[in-house]
Amino acid sequence: MSPVIGIVIEAIIKSALMVFVLATAFAYLTLAERKIAAFVQVRKGPNRVGPWGLMQPAADGIKLLFKEEMVPAGADKVLFFLAPILTMIPAMVIMAVVPIGPDVELFGRSIRLGISDLNVGMLYILSVASVAVYGIVLAGWSSANKYSLLGGLRASAQMISYEIALGLSIIGPIILAGTMSLQGIITAQQQSTWYVLWQPVGALVFFLAGLAEVNRAPFDMPEAEQELTAGYFTEYSGMKFSLFFMGEYIKMVAVCAIATTLFLGGYLGPYVEQLPWLGILYFTIKTTALLFLMIWIRLTLPRLRYDQLMAFGWKVLLPLALANVVVTATATVLLG
Amino acid sequence: MSQVQEFAGTVEELKTLFSDRAVSGETMVLNLGPQHPSTHGVLRLMLELDGEEVVRCLPDIGFLHTGIEKNMEAKTYLKALVMTDRMDYLNPLGNNLTYCLAVEKLCGIEVPNRAQVIRVLCAELQRISSHLVWLGTSAMDLNASSILIYCFRDRELLLDIFELIGGQRMMTSYIRPGGVWRDLPDEFFPAVNDFLEYLPEKLADYERLLTRNPLFLRRTKDVGIVDADDALERGLTGASLRGSGVNYDVRRAMPYCGYEQYDFDVPLGNGCDVYSRYRVRMQEFHQSMSIIRQAISRLEPGPVMTDDRRFAPPPRSELGRSMEAVIHHFKYWTEGFSGPEGEVYVATESPRGELGCYLVGDGGAQPARVHFRTPSFHNLQSLPRMAEGYLVADLVAMIGSIDIVLGDVDR
Repeated sequence: MSPVIGIVIEAIIKSALMVFVLATAFAYLTLAERKIAAFVQVRKGPNRVGPWGLMQPAADGIKLLFKEEMVPAGADKVLFFLAPILTMIPAMVIMAVVPIGPDVELFGRSIRLGISDLNVGMLYILSVASVAVYGIVLAGWSSANKYSLLGGLRASAQMISYEIALGLSIIGPIILAGTMSLQGIITAQQQSTWYVLWQPVGALVFFLAGLAEVNRAPFDMPEAEQELTAGYFTEYSGMKFSLFFMGEYIKMVAVCAIATTLFLGGYLGPYVEQLPWLGILYFTIKTTALLFLMIWIRLTLPRLRYDQLMAFGWKVLLPLALANVVVTATATVLLG
Repeated sequence: MSQVQEFAGTVEELKTLFSDRAVSGETMVLNLGPQHPSTHGVLRLMLELDGEEVVRCLPDIGFLHTGIEKNMEAKTYLKALVMTDRMDYLNPLGNNLTYCLAVEKLCGIEVPNRAQVIRVLCAELQRISSHLVWLGTSAMDLNASSILIYCFRDRELLLDIFELIGGQRMMTSYIRPGGVWRDLPDEFFPAVNDFLEYLPEKLADYERLLTRNPLFLRRTKDVGIVDADDALERGLTGASLRGSGVNYDVRRAMPYCGYEQYDFDVPLGNGCDVYSRYRVRMQEFHQSMSIIRQAISRLEPGPVMTDDRRFAPPPRSELGRSMEAVIHHFKYWTEGFSGPEGEVYVATESPRGELGCYLVGDGGAQPARVHFRTPSFHNLQSLPRMAEGYLVADLVAMIGSIDIVLGDVDR
């Protein structure tokens, strides 16, 4: 077997695994969110399907599969169909460059736990993330619904302005590590310490901008149930609706995974050199903790208004991120 | 038929509702409701939007019109009472009270002291329960979702108390012309005392979540401003009016049920905005609790129904021995009692504002005309002026802050 075929097979298996893991993570994240919400709000949450409601996501999936697919009369059929796919795919592929553990020995081969290690990993993440906004804008436009349109407008304005802060906030770790590869950033953190200690401002800006990027409360303007019913996906039903849902939750997972990698040392933890498989556990724990934080925030805080959100993005987050970059760069040059 | 045609507007007529910019397509006309998560029922708003800014806001009501006032004319004074439960479904006891006060004023019925105190107790418990729904829903409108569930949890305790006194959670019809249906059960007092100990702690929690929360402040401060003159002009009453600094509370201005003997403050705000109305209502919780404590200490043993047998049913104990009592019982519940000719107006302070009842009697057993001056209907009139120039998101906060109930608007 030539090495090339081996690499191809390895990549295919890893990609399939990643899709499976993400789809499962999405399903159980919805359950987790409902369970956590129930816990916070003194309710029981889903508990009918399976023990502790564990089969609820499967039941929801089956229900959504068999729902009628409605297409509004005035909708642009092609774009209406394309929009959920455009939201889903970038969310999925963004995880390709995130290492979820150190290299392990398996079947006599050294296998990297992560699909790929691009040397421009961070750039890849930013570019893929910015594609996702198309799905939302197109959904808002093609639905021929005024609420959807408003949602799409809000989404495009919001995501574009927060992407700048997001992009600037990751420059800190890149400067410190001297590489754009995510594997490289983790290795650099292994030598020093978690970057959240060196880059608290960067981490904060990244998390807030990330919240806005995935449209989570208190920045869930494009959906804003109380104002726009459901915003850009008001007209969607059945599987198309669940694709949007999936896109949103997988993006949540992705943002938390990237935050873990950049600021929380990724898969690093005690004994990870001796037992590489432990890396996956550490990575999962850290990512889950961030996801919990996101859900907690949603359950506690009121929503910002659209103009206040834009002001916050441009007048607070952006200068903060810029200042962080300047300070980091100066300090790195001066202190070597 | 001709009347129906008169109201059916043409497209040309509808165009005059909006500015010329809407006709040219420069602004967008958005239909908000009647099915919308934040219109607190079936309110429909026609909005003219410039981007997201509200240029014009036109409320369209009537989706919950149930003909309650007209229906009441076809029922005896007693039976019409059950219709009032269903008007403002967050304030059924208060509606009962207003209607009963009107009947009593028309017929000149004296209400025993104990019944007066029980009525005050009921009205204030009802106020707390209604304010809890307001707090939950208006916080929910700003997406502070957990508070909604907390408030409904607390309100559940009150509904249990109402079930205790009236046998029903919401449609109690407990307050009757001449007094109240029956005396308070013994379990009532421990239940209320427990609730009064429980609530302040929870309210402090909710205040911690909202009152100084910067996000909440940004969403509510300087939003939905209606100054005192404007508010009076539009007939705004209740906490929404007091949020603009006007000291008008029917319990003080035209006391009923002996409210003049109670010691309570009328909280006022001066911000004229959503936040100010929020603060006023949050303080009213504490005033209501204080009134309830005073009322419990004022309760003295005695009858809870007038002894004027024209207007009160015979006691159950007489039914077994007295033929006259049986006849009276039968006549009372079938024919009802006849009221005199005349017209009266009484007002009470409902959780939403001045709830008035205008009652006309023609000498028969049925009211000739019943009209309710409902606070939600009048408070809604100030929404269009409030909303102009603000964003859609603010509009949602404003609807929450004037605390309308569509059952109360449409009747």
